[in-house]
Amino acid sequence: MSAAMKQSAGATLELSNIHAGYGDFQALFGVSLRVEPGEAVGVVGPNGAGKTTLLRVISGLLRPRAGTLRFGGQDLLQVPAHALPALGIAHVPENRRLFPHLTVEENLKVGAFSKASRAHFEQRRDHVYSLFPRMQQRRHQLAGTMSGGEQQMCAIGRALMSGPKILLLDEPSAGLAPLVVQQVFALVKRIREEGLTVLIVEQNVAQVLRVVDRAYVLETGRVAAEGRAAELAADPAIRRSYLGGH
Amino acid sequence: MDLLDPFFLEALVNGILLGGVFALPALGLNLVFGVVDVVWLCYAELVMVGMYAAWFLYTQAGWPLWAAFAVCLPLVSLLGLLLHLLVVKPLLNQPPINQVLATGGVLFVLQGAATLAFRTDFRSLGVDMPPMEVGDVFVSGTKLAAFCAALLGAAVLWAFLKFTYVGVAIRAIARDREVMPLMGVDPQRIYLIASAVGGALAGLAACLLVVQLDVHPFVGLSFGPITFMICVMGGLGNMLGGFLAAFLMGLIISVGGFWGNTEYSYVIAFLFFILTIFARPRGLFAR
Amino acid sequence: MKLPLLPILLLVLLAGVPLLSPPDYFMHLLITALLTAVMGTGWAMMGRFGLVSFGHGAFLGASAYTMALLWNELGITPWLGIPVGVLVAVLLGVLLGYPCFRLRVVGHYFALVTLAAGEIVRILVTALREHTGGSLGMTPNQAPPGGGFLAMQFDKAGFWWVALGAWGLALLAWWLLDRSMTSKALAAIAEDEDAAASVGIQVTREKLKITVISVAFAALAGALMAQYRMYLNPESLSGLGISLQIVFSAIAGGMYAPFGPSIGAVITIGLEEALRFGFGTEFTGGAPLVYGVLLVLFMLFLPRGIAGLLERRPQARKPAAPAVQLAE
Repeated sequence: MSAAMKQSAGATLELSNIHAGYGDFQALFGVSLRVEPGEAVGVVGPNGAGKTTLLRVISGLLRPRAGTLRFGGQDLLQVPAHALPALGIAHVPENRRLFPHLTVEENLKVGAFSKASRAHFEQRRDHVYSLFPRMQQRRHQLAGTMSGGEQQMCAIGRALMSGPKILLLDEPSAGLAPLVVQQVFALVKRIREEGLTVLIVEQNVAQVLRVVDRAYVLETGRVAAEGRAAELAADPAIRRSYLGGH
Repeated sequence: MDLLDPFFLEALVNGILLGGVFALPALGLNLVFGVVDVVWLCYAELVMVGMYAAWFLYTQAGWPLWAAFAVCLPLVSLLGLLLHLLVVKPLLNQPPINQVLATGGVLFVLQGAATLAFRTDFRSLGVDMPPMEVGDVFVSGTKLAAFCAALLGAAVLWAFLKFTYVGVAIRAIARDREVMPLMGVDPQRIYLIASAVGGALAGLAACLLVVQLDVHPFVGLSFGPITFMICVMGGLGNMLGGFLAAFLMGLIISVGGFWGNTEYSYVIAFLFFILTIFARPRGLFAR
Repeated sequence: MKLPLLPILLLVLLAGVPLLSPPDYFMHLLITALLTAVMGTGWAMMGRFGLVSFGHGAFLGASAYTMALLWNELGITPWLGIPVGVLVAVLLGVLLGYPCFRLRVVGHYFALVTLAAGEIVRILVTALREHTGGSLGMTPNQAPPGGGFLAMQFDKAGFWWVALGAWGLALLAWWLLDRSMTSKALAAIAEDEDAAASVGIQVTREKLKITVISVAFAALAGALMAQYRMYLNPESLSGLGISLQIVFSAIAGGMYAPFGPSIGAVITIGLEEALRFGFGTEFTGGAPLVYGVLLVLFMLFLPRGIAGLLERRPQARKPAAPAVQLAE
């Protein structure tokens, strides 16, 4: 495990009875979820199940209406969103949301904005380049001019720049060609082998169950099932709904 | 006509020098617009306050010019901060027009305050540098110095935006506001910084203008509208576009003045602006 | 369509004001306020649909100077000069509006294009000083004895009735607009231009319609104001300053209610006079200072203007309600 990525492990992410939504629309109804240090956990479910909302709640972009949210014992609802990266939470948002008019390296620099990260910028950047050699080749290229797969790598790299304890990934495979999806998941696997805790939201259920230890099935804003990845993959109901099996 | 006619060359040179002067406020306005998404309608009046400050400290309080300028810059920067905190910030979630009109109110406030404090007399700094002769062309030393200072200011701004964490975050936030907290960036803090930098640019512009123009409470109206047009032509929020458009406008006005008179050259410049917007509604350099 | 009785009664009552032979100064304020009200009402017709113009001063100037120049140089009576002037202003508005609307110049960009137009007129007026007197201003020639009526140079009572007529017309136009398809179409456009276009609303045409009406009233008021004062200068009839003042009076009064801009005009003129008295000539800057502070305060605390206070509860409850939507 690389020294650059190493963070004092041991922070448990704990959501309990989270209710959240936008205006009149409620997206989450009492969701509880737990991610232990070093674990890789998946959240799967159909479109509109509330998966993205869940991640937005964790990273502080959306304040829940009720429920508790703790990370390593700290109440995250008391912390402003922009202070969360410094606590070790990194969120790769839906559609990557790179800054297309900035270069790859500038994107990484924005990712290392918090005071604590700046001192580690070069070390972490080099680590990201070692994970994604393609990024190093394209370091001075505008991020918006890269392919979808490269942009996804860059977005993950940008999230790693804050030296997170937990990485939240929102649909990393969305819009990518099957071969590229394979590459992205291989990388996710590698990142978690380095000891990083990962919470990954995906529609690509078959792929994600191969990478994670445990998973939650989210349906219409509620946890419909949870369990070990292998158990879920074998569950006939899940197979029928999400894996196209019989 | 003869393109090497020294008077024509002089007009060209003066156009470029004028463009340098327009460039600073255009950069400042675009910076604030790009980051905070609010048009400071009173931007030229911030410059006016800075001009009065420099004039007052130099001619009335008897300070050396450099000291007057050194105070002018942070003073207007502070004004930019106050403008953001007192007027813009409470209106951030309101429709753009409310924000623009509120800063329009500040325009009247500043004009009124200047009139109360200094009456409507034209005040001159009375500093002039000897003209320089390059070939057949005479160039005002004052204008040349101001131009160089403007370029220097623009270069410092560029380096700030290119190499510092805050600078890169400023360029990022102009494109995607919502995602910034995920980067550990507090948008409110960036707004404050951008407002202070925007104010500082107005302060620098004030120092460069006060050596060329007499100050009076309505001096902002003489270069404010053209500054807005330069920003729109370059694409609101597009700093490079605004910078280039400033030189374009400077050239149009100066060369227009060579063929006609200065007033008509402004009419031509404004017409050119309107036609540009019709041709490229999002600015000359919109992608 | 049944016209509302109360406003008509109000107009009739107001028409009787000169019969009470009030002091001249009082009449002067009333006439000025009334004409300002017409300008503000005209501006608000566009403004309330998100077409925020910072250049309405240009239209005041275009019609006022056309009228004055026709009279001074060709001896054409303002009775004819004003319609011609209004036509010139409307043409200018269409010339500016059509490409803007066609090419989807909206929001900030539209506001700044109109600002440029206002400045162009101001500079042109200044530059054409052989005819217009430049920034010193110009005075329409005095009518020969007995020719006052023909030259539209009458006493204050006469101007009061003319101004009242213009004001009544503006309110009538507002009232008719509120009952027309155009206002519904424009509301839809202000909400979402693409959606409006997709349901078959002819965006450019509807916007042009309201621009023509709005410009016509501003231009009419501008010409009447010049004729009443018998003095024209570029600062008060074109450029950013006067344009912002029109906007202020409309917003302060409330641009969503038909009487809003008129309330705003009374406030603006009253304020100006009060400040003139309060500060005297010693403190000429006091007026714009207070004025600006009020504009900021209005935006912060009362974005729907005085008329917003009078609206029914459910609407008044929304403090964040937009002064107007700037469609992007």
